[in-house]
Amino acid sequence: MAVIIETPNSPRTRKQANWEKYGWLFMRVSGPLLIVLIFTHLVVNLVVGDGIKAIDFAFVAGKWADPFWQVWDMAMLWLALIHGTNGMRTIVNDYVEKETLRKGLVTTLWAVGGLLILLGTLVIFTFDPCPAGAAAELLPSFCPAN
Amino acid sequence: MDKAIAEVASFTVTLMIRRFDPEVDQEPKWVDYDVEMFGTDRVLDALHKIKWEIDGSLTFRRSCAHGVCGSDAMRINGRNRLACKTLIKDLDISNPIYIEPIKGLPVEKDLIVNMEPFYQAYRDINPFLMASDTPAKERLQSPEDRARYDDTTKCILCAACTTSCPVFWTDGQYFGPAAIVNAHRFIFDSRDEGAQVRIDILNDKEGVWRCRTTFNCTEACPRGIEVTKAIAEVKQAILRGRP
Ligand code: HEM
Ligand code: SF4
Ligand code: FES
Repeated sequence: MAVIIETPNSPRTRKQANWEKYGWLFMRVSGPLLIVLIFTHLVVNLVVGDGIKAIDFAFVAGKWADPFWQVWDMAMLWLALIHGTNGMRTIVNDYVEKETLRKGLVTTLWAVGGLLILLGTLVIFTFDPCPAGAAAELLPSFCPAN
Repeated sequence: MDKAIAEVASFTVTLMIRRFDPEVDQEPKWVDYDVEMFGTDRVLDALHKIKWEIDGSLTFRRSCAHGVCGSDAMRINGRNRLACKTLIKDLDISNPIYIEPIKGLPVEKDLIVNMEPFYQAYRDINPFLMASDTPAKERLQSPEDRARYDDTTKCILCAACTTSCPVFWTDGQYFGPAAIVNAHRFIFDSRDEGAQVRIDILNDKEGVWRCRTTFNCTEACPRGIEVTKAIAEVKQAILRGRP
């Protein structure tokens, strides 16, 4: 009985191209960046100066009036949300067997992540502590209207 | 001499074996056996004793009985080991010894699982030398080049690593550590020309990126292969785009 081996040297047909390599790299690049971003954020907000007592509306307004902290917080927001969402996507891929459910969950994850990034970025860059025309009693004491 | 043999301590040990007969059982069940064993005996000897003297229907694979063929990987007290390389005296014999089939592959009967998905992943990485020339004599290699992939040549395809991997347990499509180890064996072989092909294959959705570095595979390997390290080296090769 002759054993026929089907052209063992022919490469296996490629599956769909995928982004897994870049996802894996992103987790490793964003992780260390997040350590620096998050811990500096915590120290600046909670430790230096008056520490935790300094935090109030004016403190946040002050930080977001500074382009440096605007960019810092945006970087934190984007990296943490993409990192967290991609991590959750990995876990969904691990555990969900039904393809339709898996697709649905992953789509939901990115939709929620994307929305949060959008809203967060909007707030960071359009934040105005003293909006014109607002009722005076609702405004913080440092606004010129007071 | 006889005296020395007589002095080997004997003891009674309880084995709890996860048994399943597809013609009778709906679910696997634990069955316990008490056997008199010696300090020199291995788990495989206890299984033999049960099969040969107590219950001939007990079903498991073994061939060489000496850690060479890789057919008797099983989950012993929650860890993947070869029954033929595990001395009973090294386990905690004051408690029953729990023996189950390796996890993540379909159980066929008792300790026997269907290895086909495991072998398929192995076949998929092209586990053979890919070379374009037809040499008249052997292909030479320097000792340094040979050492580069020495560790991964030791694999006996027992599946202890792949079936210890939590990613493989939940996602049976994952290539698994053993397939990657065997790809490593050729990717880093200076005589082989198929590295790009294998790199492409393992850059799959179910390829190396599914690995989460839990080290279960390294811990499970009865050949002491640094499996997690080999997987990391294949990841690096894919990132570089060459071995
Ligand atoms: C503080 C610095 C952080 C570092 C150094 C870090 C590092 C990492 C790395 C390297 C992975 C990939 C693990 C793997 O593939 O084996 C990972 C996964 C993950 N990260 Fe982070 N991360 C950090 C912060 C965060 C934050 C802020 C979140 C949430 C928003 C998060 C959520 C996740 C999730 C859900 C996973 C997936 C877990 C899994 O793969 O099982 N991480 N992290
Ligand atoms: S790498 Fe080790 S544990 Fe995995 S199949 Fe090969 S010999 Fe068995
Ligand atoms: S029976 Fe061959 S490795 Fe254990």
